[in-house]
Amino acid sequence: MAARIYLGFEEPIERLEKQLQDLEAKKDDSVETQEEIRSLKREIADKTKSIYENLSAWQTVEVARHQQRPQSADYLNLVFDEFVELHGDRKFGDDRALRTGFAKLDAFKVMFLGHFKGRNLKERSECYFGCAHPEGYRKAISKMQLAEKYQIPVIAFIDTPGAYPGVGAEERGQAMAVADAMFAMSRLRTPVVCVVIGEGGSGGALGIGVGDRVAMLQHSYYSVISPEGCAGILWKSHQFKEQAADALRFTSKYLPKFGVVDDVIEEPLGGAHRDHRQMAARLKMYLLKTLKELNGVEADNLVQQRYDKFRRMGEFLEREVTQTEATA
Amino acid sequence: MSSTTPEFAAAAAAAEGVKRAKRGVPEGLWQRCPGCQAVIFRKQAEELLSVCPECEHHWYVSATDRIEQVLDSGTFEEWDGELMPTDPLQFADKKAYAERLVAEQKRTGLRDAALTGCGMIRARRVAIGVTDSAFIMGSMGSVVGERLARLIERAADQNLPLIVISGSGGGARMHEGILSLMQMAKVTAALARYHEMGGLFISVLTNPTMGGVAASFASLGDLIFAEPKALIGFAGPRTIKATIRIELPDGFQTSEFLLEHGFVDRIVPRSRLKSEIARAIDYCGK
Repeated sequence: MAARIYLGFEEPIERLEKQLQDLEAKKDDSVETQEEIRSLKREIADKTKSIYENLSAWQTVEVARHQQRPQSADYLNLVFDEFVELHGDRKFGDDRALRTGFAKLDAFKVMFLGHFKGRNLKERSECYFGCAHPEGYRKAISKMQLAEKYQIPVIAFIDTPGAYPGVGAEERGQAMAVADAMFAMSRLRTPVVCVVIGEGGSGGALGIGVGDRVAMLQHSYYSVISPEGCAGILWKSHQFKEQAADALRFTSKYLPKFGVVDDVIEEPLGGAHRDHRQMAARLKMYLLKTLKELNGVEADNLVQQRYDKFRRMGEFLEREVTQTEATA
Repeated sequence: MSSTTPEFAAAAAAAEGVKRAKRGVPEGLWQRCPGCQAVIFRKQAEELLSVCPECEHHWYVSATDRIEQVLDSGTFEEWDGELMPTDPLQFADKKAYAERLVAEQKRTGLRDAALTGCGMIRARRVAIGVTDSAFIMGSMGSVVGERLARLIERAADQNLPLIVISGSGGGARMHEGILSLMQMAKVTAALARYHEMGGLFISVLTNPTMGGVAASFASLGDLIFAEPKALIGFAGPRTIKATIRIELPDGFQTSEFLLEHGFVDRIVPRSRLKSEIARAIDYCGK
């Protein structure tokens, strides 16, 4: 793996790990040095733990966008046994930011949908940095309907800053494509499991987010708008992105309380980017457990329960009409 | 806005008009048309349903006036008017959301950005919802989502045609965070269920219909009508410009642009909206 990239707030961890590297490079077997190494490792673990237990909302965004954070492509390798990509929306093109296909997860055959962000500049521009065009959502609809026809469960990995804002996207009906995808998903007669693995950016995320279960990785975020966008509109400057991030309450600490996220999947110490394998193992365990729960639920019930789940979302006041008012 | 096309300028100016309304429509006898800048005798425009007699620019109309324009006089019966917004995030930017709500309620006379209920259109009973683009940009928070979901469910139960007239520059309401985003899924799911039950949904897009509102119920009509020269789209023109750094094409994201690209069934001037809705209902046998 490439050299570890540290985020600004990881500076204390970076310093300790540098010390550790230097010490290990000495190849000194003396008891004192070995003891020093051990204590340094403990210190690193403690420091990492204390930093990661107290991430601010903005720091969570940084982790969710970390260059080395595992993406759909990594999980396809580490979680699934096979991925048979199915291209194209049969209408216009083949979106590269949102990819779909058959996949095997132990004994389960599933339909996989997931945002792709890419690693290097070439991949990233090919994927529009994970921002899907309308064709992506239309492709997702057609593959979900295929899955429904053969009773294959759908697994959707969400990792996008948002649906692509561009001229072509608007000309081809971005708004309608997202709406249609939610529309189709809400009535799909096969199980749907959605996991926010990094960024859950607004409508672009929700477009593949109407599931029977919606989970998120511990340090991912799921928001109505990016913190920069919110800061730009409400504070009139992107500089207030940290305040906006805080105000939006979009981390895994809050979303289960709002009833929007059913499960939070814990990340390895120091974030998923530190240990792809361990993250993948936990994700796989979650998916298997959830598919087993949903497997065999009758389609009518599945659709009804999914409806009820989203129907309950939202908070408002409803003034009860009192007895005297009602009879007056 | 620096775009120079007449359509775009009109749409931008109309958005400007909404902003002006936000500070309270001037009470004078005259009003400057946001489309052509002509000074118009207000009463004359009102007789034309708030359409400019000079350039036919469609001015902002409040949800209350819209219902008055579309339904047979005196037939509106409000549903779920008791629903009140709350502040689930304890959100505060420069101003606390809780205070903003009170100020908006006072200024618009609405409890939130949507009015819903039932009434008659040329003696046809319909379920109707209208969003008001003056209440926090007509954005959809929990109350708008809940009122629309209940409206749709009741339309399904009572086998009524459903009309929703959208005006929202804001889309989802960020002050309610993820809960506002989820209203898109909630209302969409209600529409999908209504659709399965055979319900007729006519979506009317007015200036502006953007973001999460465009990307949910507004785009899901069996029939989609748009008022002339409305700004309609997913991402705002400024966001797009900032992302791709090119000049936007002429008339980008106007009703006419959407019609040309195949996303709108008909562009309907306000004067004909009521009769066009009635005719569509008849064609669909509802």
